[in-house]
Amino acid sequence: MRRKATPLRSPLYFFNFLCFVCLFSAPAAGAQTQPPSVYAITHAKIFTLAGSPIEDGTLVIRDGKIAAVGASVEVPAGAQVIDAKGLQVYPGLFDAVTQMGLSEISAVSATVDSTETGSYNPDVLAATAVSPSSEHIPVTRASGITEVLAVPASGGFDSGGGRGTLGGQASAIHLAGWTVDEMLVKKSVAMVLNWPQIQTQTFDFATFSRKEKPYTEAKQEYEKQVNELTDWLDRARHYAQAMEKGSVSKYDRDLKLEALAPVVRSELPVLVFANRARDIRNAVEFCDKQKLKMVLAGGEEAYKVKDLLRSKDIAVILRPMLSSPPDEDDPYVRELSQPAELAAAGVKFAIASFDNSFARRLGQNAANAVAHGLSHDEALRAVTINPAQILGLGSQIGTLEQGKIANLIVTNGDPLELTTDVKYLFIKGQLTSTENRHHRLYEKYLNRPKASN
Amino acid sequence: MAGKIRSGLPILYLLSFLYLLSFPDPAASATPPDSPSVILIQNATVLTVSHGTIEHGSILIKDGKIAEVGQSIKAPAGAQVIDASGQFVIPGIIDCHSHIAAESINEGSVSVSSMVTMEEVLDSEDIDIYRDLAGGVTSANILHGSANSIGGQTLVIKLRWGQPASKLPFEGAMPGIKFALGENPKRSNFSIPGQPRRYPATRMGVEETIRGAFSEARDYKKAWDDYNKRSAAGEKNLIPPRRDLKLEPLVEVLEGKRYVHSHCYREDEILMLLRVAKEFGFKVRTFQHVLEGYKVADEIAAAGAGASTFSDWWAYKVEAYDAIPYNAALMTRRGVVVSINSDDAEEATHLNQEAAKSMKYGGLSHDEALKLVTLNPAIQLGIDKRVGSIDVGKDADLAIYNHDPLSAYAVVQKTLIDGRVYFDRERDIANRAEIEKEKKTLTEKLKKAEKKPEEKKPQEKKPEEKKLEEKPKPPAPAPTPTVAQAEASQGGAL
Repeated sequence: MRRKATPLRSPLYFFNFLCFVCLFSAPAAGAQTQPPSVYAITHAKIFTLAGSPIEDGTLVIRDGKIAAVGASVEVPAGAQVIDAKGLQVYPGLFDAVTQMGLSEISAVSATVDSTETGSYNPDVLAATAVSPSSEHIPVTRASGITEVLAVPASGGFDSGGGRGTLGGQASAIHLAGWTVDEMLVKKSVAMVLNWPQIQTQTFDFATFSRKEKPYTEAKQEYEKQVNELTDWLDRARHYAQAMEKGSVSKYDRDLKLEALAPVVRSELPVLVFANRARDIRNAVEFCDKQKLKMVLAGGEEAYKVKDLLRSKDIAVILRPMLSSPPDEDDPYVRELSQPAELAAAGVKFAIASFDNSFARRLGQNAANAVAHGLSHDEALRAVTINPAQILGLGSQIGTLEQGKIANLIVTNGDPLELTTDVKYLFIKGQLTSTENRHHRLYEKYLNRPKASN
Repeated sequence: MAGKIRSGLPILYLLSFLYLLSFPDPAASATPPDSPSVILIQNATVLTVSHGTIEHGSILIKDGKIAEVGQSIKAPAGAQVIDASGQFVIPGIIDCHSHIAAESINEGSVSVSSMVTMEEVLDSEDIDIYRDLAGGVTSANILHGSANSIGGQTLVIKLRWGQPASKLPFEGAMPGIKFALGENPKRSNFSIPGQPRRYPATRMGVEETIRGAFSEARDYKKAWDDYNKRSAAGEKNLIPPRRDLKLEPLVEVLEGKRYVHSHCYREDEILMLLRVAKEFGFKVRTFQHVLEGYKVADEIAAAGAGASTFSDWWAYKVEAYDAIPYNAALMTRRGVVVSINSDDAEEATHLNQEAAKSMKYGGLSHDEALKLVTLNPAIQLGIDKRVGSIDVGKDADLAIYNHDPLSAYAVVQKTLIDGRVYFDRERDIANRAEIEKEKKTLTEKLKKAEKKPEEKKPQEKKPEEKKLEEKPKPPAPAPTPTVAQAEASQGGAL
C-alpha cells in the first residue's frame, strides 16, 4: 500500500509542452497552422464508463470527436500516436456547479461577475461574462476537469456574495478555447432558482448586526417571495402563449419573460439551490405544481428526502462532501456518507465543487465519498456522465463512446486520487496543455539562485 | 472553503440547539472515562515518521507514553490489545493553525490586542474538537484572529474531548502570540459603514504599529529591569512600574518566553517582519499561511523561522493570487521547516490528504509529506520532545487509519491521546442510533410543548432566542458572505 513518491512534475510539464509544440508547429514555425485533427491513444487501459474497462485499448480521435474506441481498433494513417502503455484513459471530469470565468479574485469585486443585483434576472447568461483568460481555467484543467457549468448566483467561496431568486442562466463550457464561443458546450443549460428560505435570523452587513424577526413574519416574507415567483411564472406562461400565437409584437418585448418561456415549457431545467430538507420539499412541491423540470443543487439534507427525490425522478448536484455537517448533533460523517445513501436509494446525483479555486478538489471530494461507502464506479460517474446526463448533455459528453466530443484525460492512475497526474488532456479533440500560472511560478522560484542573505 | 456557508432554516437550528441544551453532545458518550494503563497495538504498518516504516509492527503504550516500538512485541499481562491488521498507525496529526474550541477569535477593535488570550475563552464542548479528533488530529495551535497587527495570546491544546477546558492545554508548551500582516490587519476587505478606517491602513502602517509596540515593550522591560535591580540591591521606598497587560506578553517575546506566530501572505511583508524582529532581537517562530513563502524561502530558512501553510488555497484575495500548491515543497527544499495547517475546523479533518498533495505538487517523499502534519508542526510549536513521531518515551498520541493515510480513501479508525482512545469509529457508529432516538424523543416533547397555546407567547420564546445569540455557531443564515465578511462575522483568520 505504501505509495512511492511522485517524481518531480516539471519534466512532465516540459514533456507535455514539447509534445504540444511539436504537434502544433509541424509545417512552419510561426505560421498560423491548424492543429492535427487525428490522434490515436494506444496501449492504454480505457475506462469508457460505458461498459467494462478495456485493457490495452486504442482510442481514436478525429475532428474533435471520438472516432473509435476498443481493444482491436486500427490506428489510422497519419494519426498522431500517443503510446499510453501503463497509463489510463478516462472521460474528462465535469464540474457541474462553478463560477468559472465569472470570478477571478473573490475579495475584489472588480474581478467578480458571478451574481447580479436584484431578485429576478432570468435573462442574464453566464456565458456573457465568462472570461476565457481567467487563470482559474488552466489551473482547473490541470486537475483533469475538461468542462464545467458556469453558474450565476450560485454562491460559493468565489461568488462575491449576494444571490437573487431567479439568478440567471447557467452555461456549460469547455475549459479551453480562444473565445467563449469556442468554449461553449451549450449556452443555456439551466435556469438558476435560489429557493427562498424562511429566515428568522439574518445578518445585516450594512449595520454589521444580527437581525431577528418572529417566525410568523419570516414565514410571511417567504410566502411573499414564493407568490412573486409564481407570479413571474404565470406571466411567463401567458407571454409564452402570446409568443406561440405570434402576438407578442402587439406588446412590448419583455426579455425577462422571454427568457422564462423555455422554463415554463419544461424545456429548460431549473437548477434549484436548496439545502435543508424542508426547503427541498417545498421546492419539489412547487416545481411539481408548476410543471418545471427540476434539478436540485446543494442538497445538504437530500438524504432526508431521498424517497421523494427518487419518486419524482429529481437528480441532485451535490455540494462538496468535504463540508461540515449542518447540525452539531449530526454524525461527523453526515456529508461524507450522503452520496452512498443516495446511491442506495436510487437517487441520481452528481458531485460538484460549487467553487472556482477549489474546483480542483472535485476528484478528492468524490474519493472521500468512496471512503465512506460509495462505489468507485458510482463516484467516477458522479463527476463525468451523471452531470452530463442531469444537464441534458449526456449524448455529447461524459463517457468515451464513438461520436461523443473528445474530452478526455490520460492519467498515471486513479483520477480521483490525490497524487495522480494528468499526463495528457484532450478538449474537443485537441491535445491541451496542463501548464498554468501555478506551474509557471513554481518553475520560476525553483530556479531562484540561492539568496546571499 | 466552499460549501461551508450554512443556509438552513433558523427554526431547525433553534430546534437542534434545544436538543443540545438538554442533552450532551452526540459524541460525548464516546469518551472513555478511563483507559487501561497498558495498550498494545499489533500487526499495523507503523509510520514512525522519525525512523521509517515498520511493516506488521507493534506499539506498546504504558501510562500514556510509548514504551516500545518494534516488529513483534509480546502483550504484557493485563494489556488491552488493539489488533490493527491491515491498518496504518501514524503520530497524531498536529494542526499548527486552528480556531476550534474557542468562544471568540478576534478582538478586532484595536491594532495591538496582546492583552487578550485564547486561554480565557476555551470552549471544551465545541463539537469541532470531536470532529477533528475523528480526522486524526490530537494537538492544535489555537490562534487569535488576524484583525490586528499584533493580536492576542495563543496556546497549544490537546483534543481531549470530554475533558473540562482546564485539561485541554498542552502541558508545558510554550505560549504564543498572533501577529498579522497585510490585507487583514489593514482591513482591506472589511469596513463597517459609518465608521472611519482603523489605523493601520497600509503595510507601512502595519510595520510601524509593530515597531511602535516593541519600542514601548523595550522601555517597559527596562523600567522593570531597573526596578528589580535596585530592589535587589536593597534600595528602599521604590515605586514599581505600573503593570501593563498589553506590554507584558511582548516583553515575554523579547525574552524568548513566548512564540510569535505571524499571519502573512506576501514576500515583502515576510521580510519586513524579519527585519523588525532583528531590530528588536526576537525570533519569528512561525509564519502562518505564508503563501508567498516560496519566493523568500532562503530568507525564512536563514532566520530559523518555520512556515505553516495551506495545501492548495488560492485566489480568494489579491495577496493569495500568487499562492501555489507547490509552496510546501519549495520551502522544504530550501531548508525551511514546513507544516500544512487547516485554519478551519472542517479542513482539519483531512489534513492527511492535504499533506499528500505535496507529493504531487513538488515531489516530496511519503515521509516528507507526512512530516508536514506531524513532526514538523511539533517542532514549530516546540513540543517535538513530547509528540510528532512514534518514538519510545513520547506521548501515545496516535491515529490509526484503514489505508495509507496519504490517500483520499483512508479513514481514521481510532485516535489516541496520552494512550487513551478518544475517538473510536466503531463506537461512533454504534452510538448513532441512540442519539437519533434521543433526538426524536426531544422533538416529540418540543412538538407537544408547542401545541400548548400559552407557550406560543412571544415572551416565552425570548430566552431561547437569547441563548442562540450567545453562541454564534452555527452562523445565522445570511446572504452568502464574501470571504472578508465571513471572516469578520465568524472570526476566522484566513
